[in-house]
Amino acid sequence: MKSKRIILIFLLLLSFSKVKSQNCNYTFSGLVEDFHDKSPIVGATVYIKNQNKYTTTNFEGKFSLPKTCAGKIIVEISHVACDPLIFELNITKDVYKIIDLEHHEEELNEVNVKGAIGLKTKTAQETLIKTQTLEKFSDASLGDALKNITGVSSINTGNSIVKPVINGLNGSRVLVSFNNVRLQDQEWGIEHAPNIDVNAAKTISVIKGANALQYGGDAIGGVVIINPIKSTINKDTLYGKSIISQQTNGRLFSATSNLNKSFKSGWFINGQASFKRAGDFEAANYNLTNTGINSKAFTFNAGKKEFEKGFELFYSYLTNEIGILRASHFGNIADLVDAIESPVPLFINNFSYDIDNPKQDVTHHLLKAAYYKRFKGFGKLSLQYDFQSNNRLEFDRRIGDRKNLQAVDLDLTTHNFKADFNLDADPDHVYKFGINGLYQNNFPDPITEVRRLIPDYDKLSFGAYAIANLKFDDMILSGGIRYDLEHINAKKFYLQSRWDNLNYQNDFSSIIIDPNAPGSQLLTNPKFTYNNISTSLGLTYNLNDTNSFIINYGLANRAPNPSELFSDGLHHSAARIEIGDLRMKTETSNRFSATYAYNNNKLNIVVEGFYNHIKDFIYIEPTGDEDTNRGAFPVWTYKQVNAQLFGFDTNIAYQPTDNFLLTNKSSLLKGRDLSGNRPLIDIPPFKTVTSLVFKKENWNNFYASIESEYNAKQNEYPNNNFEAFLPLENRFVLVDISTPPSAYHVLNFSTGFDFNMSKTNFNLNFSIDNVLNKSYRNYLNRLRYFADDLGRNFKIQLKINY
Amino acid sequence: MKHIKLLAVLFISALTITSCSDDDPVVINEEEVITTMTIELTPNGGGDKVTLQSKDADGEGPTAPVVTGGTLAANTTYTGVITLLNELESPAENITEEVAEEADEHQFFYSSNGVSGTFTYAGTNDSNGNPVGINFTVTTGSAGTGAYVVTLRHEPNKSASGVKEGNIANAGGETDIQVSFPITVQ
Repeated sequence: MKSKRIILIFLLLLSFSKVKSQNCNYTFSGLVEDFHDKSPIVGATVYIKNQNKYTTTNFEGKFSLPKTCAGKIIVEISHVACDPLIFELNITKDVYKIIDLEHHEEELNEVNVKGAIGLKTKTAQETLIKTQTLEKFSDASLGDALKNITGVSSINTGNSIVKPVINGLNGSRVLVSFNNVRLQDQEWGIEHAPNIDVNAAKTISVIKGANALQYGGDAIGGVVIINPIKSTINKDTLYGKSIISQQTNGRLFSATSNLNKSFKSGWFINGQASFKRAGDFEAANYNLTNTGINSKAFTFNAGKKEFEKGFELFYSYLTNEIGILRASHFGNIADLVDAIESPVPLFINNFSYDIDNPKQDVTHHLLKAAYYKRFKGFGKLSLQYDFQSNNRLEFDRRIGDRKNLQAVDLDLTTHNFKADFNLDADPDHVYKFGINGLYQNNFPDPITEVRRLIPDYDKLSFGAYAIANLKFDDMILSGGIRYDLEHINAKKFYLQSRWDNLNYQNDFSSIIIDPNAPGSQLLTNPKFTYNNISTSLGLTYNLNDTNSFIINYGLANRAPNPSELFSDGLHHSAARIEIGDLRMKTETSNRFSATYAYNNNKLNIVVEGFYNHIKDFIYIEPTGDEDTNRGAFPVWTYKQVNAQLFGFDTNIAYQPTDNFLLTNKSSLLKGRDLSGNRPLIDIPPFKTVTSLVFKKENWNNFYASIESEYNAKQNEYPNNNFEAFLPLENRFVLVDISTPPSAYHVLNFSTGFDFNMSKTNFNLNFSIDNVLNKSYRNYLNRLRYFADDLGRNFKIQLKINY
Repeated sequence: MKHIKLLAVLFISALTITSCSDDDPVVINEEEVITTMTIELTPNGGGDKVTLQSKDADGEGPTAPVVTGGTLAANTTYTGVITLLNELESPAENITEEVAEEADEHQFFYSSNGVSGTFTYAGTNDSNGNPVGINFTVTTGSAGTGAYVVTLRHEPNKSASGVKEGNIANAGGETDIQVSFPITVQ
């Protein structure tokens, strides 16, 4: 008895002394984010049960609990739309932890109209770009931001027109979906970049290959899903964010802001606006005259969302005025030869903010109305109507009273209606069905007084899909099928000489509706109908906590686009004759892919491999020259061949301690024309990017990063060089438009930290791109014949959260 | 249900408003195309006129221009005048007038390949006192066969070295016309 008492007293003393010695000066902080799309979860409750301390996450999903006592803590994280998460943690020092919270399946679908992203893409090669990364590109373009993903590159016209390339494919093969609306913005042209303000995106998902069938069946390259900034909670709250950025190169200034108001009743309203202005950019050694940009964009979103039903209205506006390097504009092949042979651009002026011709001026409107209703124990029905209007003006160097008259003026108007049904009552067996109907009209305005490159046309299309996602213990299986009908009805003038030159007189005489149009032209009425089937099959297998595999197969069919069918004539802004072909057939892709992921506390490895066989692959390449009174012009012709692409993308992240992170992203790609047994044109060369980051959360989230980017020379390219006669010099010359530029290596540096002033959170970043001011040219830049890429750039960026 | 109706009404009304008409598109005859360049060469002190011509009936179409050269007398000075036409229009549009109106942004250059010929600017200068070259003189030397090359540059740098004198090397700008005429001097 006595001994028991002694023990008790001893224990009491022990615990007392333990309490006394307990240190309560530690800070437990971290970030709560959505398990599926890694977006921050605002307003989640963080509760330390055994110390009775709690807080909520801020607009960035971050929380901080100072004065946490040492020892084991039991933490509960809860959020209206999520299952509460309880875990234990041993506190011996300041701790920063990233916590993934799983939304209820229903809530996820409700918030993210794009639908169970976690489910659908669990069997595809998908990468997500988080808000934090996107913010670094607030003054750049969508294409620049996407290049963060290994295997995604870009094809550029200068530095402001950046078109994403996924595993070597671009244009109509890359589907861009913005707030669940498929972008219709004349994506076929190399110099047509997606009309998206990167600041309107909260997160971006990139899916390689056509494995997201609810968006379309023709995305042979891949799908880019842009999730706009949206209110995520039903709570009376008002929050917003602004980012201001200034850089030396181009003397660029950009500002973007968003403001969100949501109500407990489910009503929400938010808006976002961006402005960007730059003058002439600089290469390492000279000015890039006439490369300024003037960009304005805003989005507006309002609606009401409840569990049972909800609706949303969304409008987005964007206008981009972009100067095109003055020295890239030339008259004929003799001028082109001069430009290629000259080591510096043939036209260099002092810095100016003026945007002169040649330039492009694009305006895009997008309007969407969506409604959903949930049927208990069954699933969710979503209905959506969207409207898009895209106006594209291209200005050229013209003479006389046409000096300021656009040379291209295209109005593309699209109406789309869709209905989707999501049977998700059993989260382990989810089925999705949907249909959509689209009407599109293209109107090339004759005001230009230049023959139309893309004709007047009407397009009608209809699509239907069914997708199944099945979950097993350590496996996820998904399969889908989609049918697309596309009908195109065009009215196009052909020069009689071109018509004969293309041998259309035998095959297409029936489509002529006026054989005697003025100027030796024919008016024709081409009508084509395409029926396409696409399928997708994928399997994810989680071997254990550290190893997982994904295998995937996709069959995709893409109907030829108007540019591939109808292009004919001199493309003034490119100074080349572009020739399409009415005989183009649907192209068919069979893509096989496999992913291996290894994941432990310190090391994270993802290896993605793919093989894509494309039957009747359509591409454009130089095929010679044609004489006119202006001299000879290069001719670029659309061709159709069987092709194959295969490659590997790797992503390795190694975190030896909490403060250091070493990453490497590499991609290797081979593209071959199997019909002609030669390399494909415009295939990105091997690229590897290595970065070392030092970060310290306790020092106001300080970080410093150094990045090394190496682009190899593309050694496999088709030789399309041709001989041209130079009258002035009375000789023939080989025009080298094929040889890719040399390999290059650039270093980038960035650093930043957070600070608070009267409850407002600030984040300051400073970076230097191309630290060593290297001069280089990129194979996938259409202006590489004329000028170097960008030189050194100092950038400062301030982010304010409120 | 109300929302569905609203959506349907929106969709249908939008379709009706924008439905296309069945009118055929307006034909475009390019006005900037130079289909025909004609150079009239008149010998000073009498003799037969010589006409050089390059005619590209389909403008920027696939058919190559038809170039007609000429035979000039040796050791003779000719007065030349250039006419540019767009014959795809009816009546044909005279583009020389446009060049004359924007004289400060245009300049013709002449050169000879393998045959004698010395060119001098004539006619009115532009507002800055620089040559345009719609009018010129050419003086032949000894007999031979070769070509005369005539180039029209848009936005040349007329103040660059040698450009005023007719040397194209530093002119820059874009080529609007470049034709090589076969010439025999006898």
